[in-house]
Amino acid sequence: VATLRIANGAGFLGDWLAAPRRLVERADVDYLTIEHLAELTMSILARQREKDPNAGYAEDFLDILRSLVPALQQQPQLKIVANSGGVNPPACVRAAAKILTAAGLGATPVGCVTGDDLLPRLPELMSAGCAFTNLDTTESLQTAIRHPQSAIVSANAYLGARPIANALAAGARIVITGRVADASLTVGPAMHEFGWQWDDWNRLAAATVAGHLIECGAQVTGGYSVDWQSFDLADVGYPIAELSSDGAVVIAKPPGTGGAVNCRTVVEQLVYEIGDPRHYLTPDVDCDFTTVEVVEVGPDRVALCNATGRPATDSYKVSLAYRDGWMASGQLLVYGSDCREKAEKSARILFERCKLAGYELARTQVELLGYGAGVPGAWLWRKYQTPGELVLRVSAHDPRREAVECFVRQLAPLITSGPAGLAGYAAGRPQVRPVFAYWPSLVPKSLVVPQVEVRKAKEWN
Amino acid sequence: MPVGKTIRVRDLASARSGDKGNHANIGVVANDEAAYGTLCSRLTAVRVQTHFQELGVTRVERYELPHVLALNFVLYDALGGGASRSLRIDTQGKLLATSLLDLTFHANAFENE
Repeated sequence: VATLRIANGAGFLGDWLAAPRRLVERADVDYLTIEHLAELTMSILARQREKDPNAGYAEDFLDILRSLVPALQQQPQLKIVANSGGVNPPACVRAAAKILTAAGLGATPVGCVTGDDLLPRLPELMSAGCAFTNLDTTESLQTAIRHPQSAIVSANAYLGARPIANALAAGARIVITGRVADASLTVGPAMHEFGWQWDDWNRLAAATVAGHLIECGAQVTGGYSVDWQSFDLADVGYPIAELSSDGAVVIAKPPGTGGAVNCRTVVEQLVYEIGDPRHYLTPDVDCDFTTVEVVEVGPDRVALCNATGRPATDSYKVSLAYRDGWMASGQLLVYGSDCREKAEKSARILFERCKLAGYELARTQVELLGYGAGVPGAWLWRKYQTPGELVLRVSAHDPRREAVECFVRQLAPLITSGPAGLAGYAAGRPQVRPVFAYWPSLVPKSLVVPQVEVRKAKEWN
Repeated sequence: MPVGKTIRVRDLASARSGDKGNHANIGVVANDEAAYGTLCSRLTAVRVQTHFQELGVTRVERYELPHVLALNFVLYDALGGGASRSLRIDTQGKLLATSLLDLTFHANAFENE
């Protein structure tokens, strides 16, 4: 192929469900990627798998796949690469295969990428010398967490583009993975289609830049933009990266859709959620964003060139999550010219009542929404008057579930036994939820074995 | 209040912010080369750290991307524990960019408030 069109229809689990269908209805693309996994998502999915061995993947993917059946029937070139497998790619593949088979697409080859899940291998890896040192704090896992085996709920290596390219080479039309680096969802198809070498660092860098730009969906086509008044976002077009065999990249969106693609939307996304721009590390390449140049080449079309890459490192990033107690947040509307004092007093009453019940909460937070709580201390107070109403938001985190249960029960009584002028308790008691703390680490690539299995849809169940 | 013309970062650039664990980053994209030059000299890592002091930021690193007229600020330990542990309404630092755009400076130096 000369030009490869890779689109992205989801930037996180919970993104606009209709976006993938709307995208392929208005543009012929070669690949549709679906990015469903954020740092926190894996631990949430891991908890679902604990309760049900057939759960633990992004169920949104099944709704998306159903919506894509007509496109799969009408567009023979269309392939799908999704990391929706979460912590249970085989279960996701089996559920997807059922949908395809029922739709008469049982002959569709579906690939499953696994090997990223290190949770069952933790004892083995730790005794082989993997300390899983925290990348931020440099603590070792063993010293920081008393019972790592029972406390850790998920441990996943970020795999790269190779297993995706291998699945495509084995004939897969749909590839479902667990944790892979977001950009690798785009790099995999590019490597397969163009046959680039795995040490062609500049081309790997170009594909990685393209993948990084489209991985958050509409964020590169006008979403999350300070220019939100300049275009219609209701029907925002999700992004398409056009890759050429020489490594040139154009970012675009389907014609007739809302939003915009211009140098600003592209550069804002280039620097989104990155650290040192000279070293954007993925399993595929060490990519330098500072050499990249952008130019508008047409309406809603931005070309990127001169991405440069260096050899990839010999480690995979690993994202671990461990149980860290319980948390809850609740809100009340506080009304009146004295709302600030009243809100602060109400919060004090609430925590005092927790103490009376015998619970001193380990961590608490009081926020006055509408009064600069969004960015504490960085609000330009003097420019604004005290509002006539605000939302009191109280939060607590404690190792004891019963302490947090006690906390959420103190909110409603404030209506009748606190100051006058509180409202907004129709939604009921806040939910107490488990906390999964994040532990970023590395593992040598030599200790992780990505696996690929491709079967026809009708042969997966 | 200082005398003379007051300029906001918003007049020179756009920005967006996000999270990496307990750290946040803010990408600032200048409107043109002149604005980029002004931001490079005025919007220092120290100034940004001062602005976000109350978040508990321990260190700010500034990176330059001159070809695309962008600066990237990495704010260490800015997120009260990060997406999984933070008790704040903005667990992922989505609002930091908007706040940074409201920073003002005049003739020669950034205001301290």
